[in-house]
Amino acid sequence: MADLATLRKPAALSPARSRAGDRLAARARRNASAHGFLIGAVICFAFFSWYPICREIVMSFQKSSLGVTSWTGLANYERIFHDPTFWTAWKNTLEFTVLALIIGYAVPFFVAILLNELRHAKGYLRCLVYLPVMLPPTSALLLFAYFYDPTYGLFNDILRHLHLPVSQWVQSPGTGLPSMAMISVVIAATWMNMGGATLIYLAALQNIPGELYEAAELDGAGLLRKIRHVTIPQTRLVLSMLLLLQIVATMQMFVEAFILTNGGAGVNNNTLSVVNLIYQYAFALSGASNYNSASALGVVLMLVLAVFSGGYLWLTRQTDRLSRPPS
Amino acid sequence: MADSTDRSLISSAQLNRHRIAYRVVLTLMVVIFTLVFIGPLYFLFADGLKSTQEAVQVPPTIIPAHVHPGSYTAAWSRVGLGRLLVNTLYYAFGALALQLVFDVAAAYSLSRLRPVLGNVIFALMLATLMIPATVLVVPQYVTVSDLPLLHLNLIGSPEAIWLPSVANAFNIFLLKRFFDSIPGDLLAAAAIDGASPLRTLRSVVLPISRPIIGVVSIFSLVAVWKDFLWPLLVEYGYNPSRETLNVGIFEAGSTTPQNLILAASAMAAVPTLVFFLVFQRNILSGLTAGSLKG
Repeated sequence: MADLATLRKPAALSPARSRAGDRLAARARRNASAHGFLIGAVICFAFFSWYPICREIVMSFQKSSLGVTSWTGLANYERIFHDPTFWTAWKNTLEFTVLALIIGYAVPFFVAILLNELRHAKGYLRCLVYLPVMLPPTSALLLFAYFYDPTYGLFNDILRHLHLPVSQWVQSPGTGLPSMAMISVVIAATWMNMGGATLIYLAALQNIPGELYEAAELDGAGLLRKIRHVTIPQTRLVLSMLLLLQIVATMQMFVEAFILTNGGAGVNNNTLSVVNLIYQYAFALSGASNYNSASALGVVLMLVLAVFSGGYLWLTRQTDRLSRPPS
Repeated sequence: MADSTDRSLISSAQLNRHRIAYRVVLTLMVVIFTLVFIGPLYFLFADGLKSTQEAVQVPPTIIPAHVHPGSYTAAWSRVGLGRLLVNTLYYAFGALALQLVFDVAAAYSLSRLRPVLGNVIFALMLATLMIPATVLVVPQYVTVSDLPLLHLNLIGSPEAIWLPSVANAFNIFLLKRFFDSIPGDLLAAAAIDGASPLRTLRSVVLPISRPIIGVVSIFSLVAVWKDFLWPLLVEYGYNPSRETLNVGIFEAGSTTPQNLILAASAMAAVPTLVFFLVFQRNILSGLTAGSLKG
């Protein structure tokens, strides 16, 4: 049988082979056209995303002087770790992140819960919350810098009317924890950005099935217990996704401190963030610009943020799996 | 709203019982929200109408005592808003056009044509979402100033903003997700009729995908419009006449009187505010579609 099969095969093979060859050629053609559709985006990713990621890591282990690049091992890392501003920048960034979470994470959640209970003016209020998100950041921040001005600013005028002590706001010299300067930055940042988080919460709240609240009421649950046992568990995934997303976003703070303090980093560097420091290392007009130290700092920030954004992507895939019907 | 399956934390019956409390909360919210979110915008537009002295007067006036519409025209010419606006529009729409062409094509290919190693490429694209953009400014700047292999310097050219914007994994992810959901029968029918992949994309896929393409377009325009650090580096750093609105107003800030800066900031805000009011529905619904499921 086996012999017969092998004997018979050559005769039957030639048309089959050419058909297979045709199919192979067709598949190759299809594949080539598929790659043709893909090539533009892949080239852009290669040049502006994948290559710079590798380049940042490589540059952080190099030094370059007078156009000659050489390896220096961990020298750049040692230098930035010994720079006192490095620790100031991290302290400030963490301070900003924690304050932004306390204010910018809790406030949108409660605003969303309140909004969801309203039967009137909901569209108007939703629109209002998102309005600042659409403003060019420079417009919003220059306006806040004007409000914060210690002499002619609106905020101190309000404090004077209320017979409260006035403040230096972003120009406060203190470097304590939390510093008034950083609180001022957080207030401006929250005003600018809270719309996005609020609307995402609102969407999550609207997806909670009403039956759950009814069941809770039948069991005699009051308002707070309904929030604790229905609202929060039902939006837990969205809450944790936004938490991670917000940590990643706030740790990259740059433009707020940069514009509010006119391109600087506050009095005594008290609003200097890590990205502000990267900018100073790499592009500061005074002193030698140093791409290698900036890259080393970039790698450190990248590693820290990768933990949080990795967690975010993992959670996103969890929701994806949950929301998609099993196939 | 009265429907029991469509209810929220507090049922309609309960709300009816506490009608006065509800009215109070509603009024408070409308007043507070208007003060907090419209109030600053009022000052943005009104304080630009003040004279230079009045803008820095102590105590500040709530309503301009003397209205100077001239501040707006003076700010327009002094800051060069016309040029900044043209620059920003050019960068934003150029970036949008390139993103639509390359990202839609790539998402279509990954979703429907499924090339060899497509999954690996898609995974590498998604991996870039883990590395936030600001972390990469330095190597990106170095790369753009001397592209590997090609040895081109893009600093100061619009391509320095356009091309990096194409490398947007989130766009490709959203588009691919949408394309994945298109019924296979539709595409099979097109293939039986002898349509090429390009023809199928143009006549079958694109017409159904208008909602998602709208979302991607809005977010890509807004992203370029709001960006600050990257245009500061690649355009302003090279030639101040190529700066964007954001960077231009910021750079004028230290040498321009307060009232003119506020007038300029107000005018810079008008296009995005109008854009928001026109596309409000798409933006608000796209936001939740994009970030929740994305």
